[in-house]
Amino acid sequence: MADIDFKDPNRRIGAPELKSIASEIREDILRMLSEAKSGHPGGSLSCTDILVSIYFGKMRHDPTNPKWNDRDRLLLSKGHAAPALYSVLSKCGYFPKEELMTLRKMDSRLQGHPDPKKLPGVEIPGGPEGIGLSEGIGMALAARIDKKPIRVYVITGDGELDEGEVWEAAMAAAKFKLDNLVAIVDQNGLQQEGPTANIMPSDPVSAKFKAFNWNVIEIDGNNIQEVLNALGQADKAKRIPTAIVAKTKKGKGVSFMEGKVEYHSKTISGEVLDKAIAEIRNGSKEGA
Amino acid sequence: MEQKPESLREAFGQVLEELGSTMPEIVAVGADTTESIRTSLFGDKFPDRLFNVGIAEQNMIGVSSGLALYGKKVICGTYMVFIERAIDQIRNTIGYCNLDVKIVGTHTGISVGPDGGSHQTIEDIAIMRALPNMKVVAPCDFYSTKAITREAITAKGPFYIRLPRSSLPGVYTDESIKIGKANLLRDGKDITIIANGIMVQEALKAAVSLKDAGISASVMDFHTIKPIDAEAIIKAATDTGRIITAEDHNIIGGLGSAVAEVLSTRRPTMIRMVGVNDTFGESGQPAELMSKYGISDRSIFENAKEMVKL
Repeated sequence: MADIDFKDPNRRIGAPELKSIASEIREDILRMLSEAKSGHPGGSLSCTDILVSIYFGKMRHDPTNPKWNDRDRLLLSKGHAAPALYSVLSKCGYFPKEELMTLRKMDSRLQGHPDPKKLPGVEIPGGPEGIGLSEGIGMALAARIDKKPIRVYVITGDGELDEGEVWEAAMAAAKFKLDNLVAIVDQNGLQQEGPTANIMPSDPVSAKFKAFNWNVIEIDGNNIQEVLNALGQADKAKRIPTAIVAKTKKGKGVSFMEGKVEYHSKTISGEVLDKAIAEIRNGSKEGA
Repeated sequence: MEQKPESLREAFGQVLEELGSTMPEIVAVGADTTESIRTSLFGDKFPDRLFNVGIAEQNMIGVSSGLALYGKKVICGTYMVFIERAIDQIRNTIGYCNLDVKIVGTHTGISVGPDGGSHQTIEDIAIMRALPNMKVVAPCDFYSTKAITREAITAKGPFYIRLPRSSLPGVYTDESIKIGKANLLRDGKDITIIANGIMVQEALKAAVSLKDAGISASVMDFHTIKPIDAEAIIKAATDTGRIITAEDHNIIGGLGSAVAEVLSTRRPTMIRMVGVNDTFGESGQPAELMSKYGISDRSIFENAKEMVKL
């Protein structure tokens, strides 16, 4: 990836190339979790295409200078998708790929949930749900004070929408007219104990954000071209924050994991892992 | 010689406003109480640097964290009882990431008065001092609040600044105090009263009564609960052999516990703790409540007399 200038906002990396990167990320995720023997595959796989689109196709950042002041920010509020973030960061060049296999182990920089003190490229701590959008507001306000054209992207889960703080933040982002803030809801429809429709129905998510005075874009969040288009559309919003409500599949890319609640936090290994990786590789050969 | 009581919140607000001019990185976040806790002084002068998020304390802490993660120096606050609903956010962002956020919690302790038990935080010090990276300070008057606010804001990293609702008479006449260093306000040889916040006044009153009763009491202002001035505690224990702690907080987990942690491990010494006895408060005037809940000068006096007799 050394040939990508991540600081260039006008870089053009096509959906087919991003799709191929996403497949490699998915493979990493499963291998890391297999090695760690714990963690969250389902929600990592569902948001992979979103992460890849933003980091490789959109955001201005600098893996050689992670603290570059003028960088755009990506806040993974659903911190349990850490493996997806780690794999993406590593592929961008923030740290060596070999380190991925230290996930969740003693003395690793790859904590079970992201820790910005430890790992370069990580912007916020993960763990408890529902805090990231508030932190995104703080960063977007800070960028505005400094008159910098920084864009702040926050990825939340849909189970995470259960948290009241998300809606406190939704009100505040509209109050402050933060057009430099983009929330992407990874709407995979499942949470730890079952379908969100049963545990705590969050729909209609789009209507809720609209009612909170947000610019709302609905997409298929596992379609990279749609993600790229939505990110471009969000750039045009004026004095209003944008919510991209991205319908995704939990466990996306592995047929027997897709839409299965148990893969929220069940890892795979051995022959099952081989089968899953073969599927991911085959999937990447299909048209973008 | 009783001095005219002054507002500690006002002292905090004045320093914040003053530092706002020389430190452009300072921003403030409020939650519909900015007038009351006096962050409004800063906001009136720098309207683009104060953000009022409404009655939404979790978001207040989250937004503060985002500002700090970006690189700003953040002062946020409201009544402490409301801040406590955001302990998760305080722990997992401000504490966990050692962020440069100063949390100002006002209206603390039983002495809040008529608002009643729902508003009287008696557990806040216990909670906040158990968070790694968090420093905890509780000044007792106008000038010490100014000094502590100035030092805390200038320093890097998280602070909890505990302020009472009541205006209090002056103990200090300048800003000479230092965070982390206890102040000996009165020297005695029989017993040491270690107090903070509103209880410093009570301790000073008790020391006068004790003198009349033939007991010589030291009084120390422990405005910093974390990091605790362990050397000052050990010296007091060595010099007087008896310690009383006094605080407008639960006897579980507060200043008394912090002092006992030092004494029990380094110099076992007779200690009594004057504080709220693990119970919630109620409506009333501050003085009435302090008397009823056993945190008045009287209570310090009685305990000291008993200890000296032992």
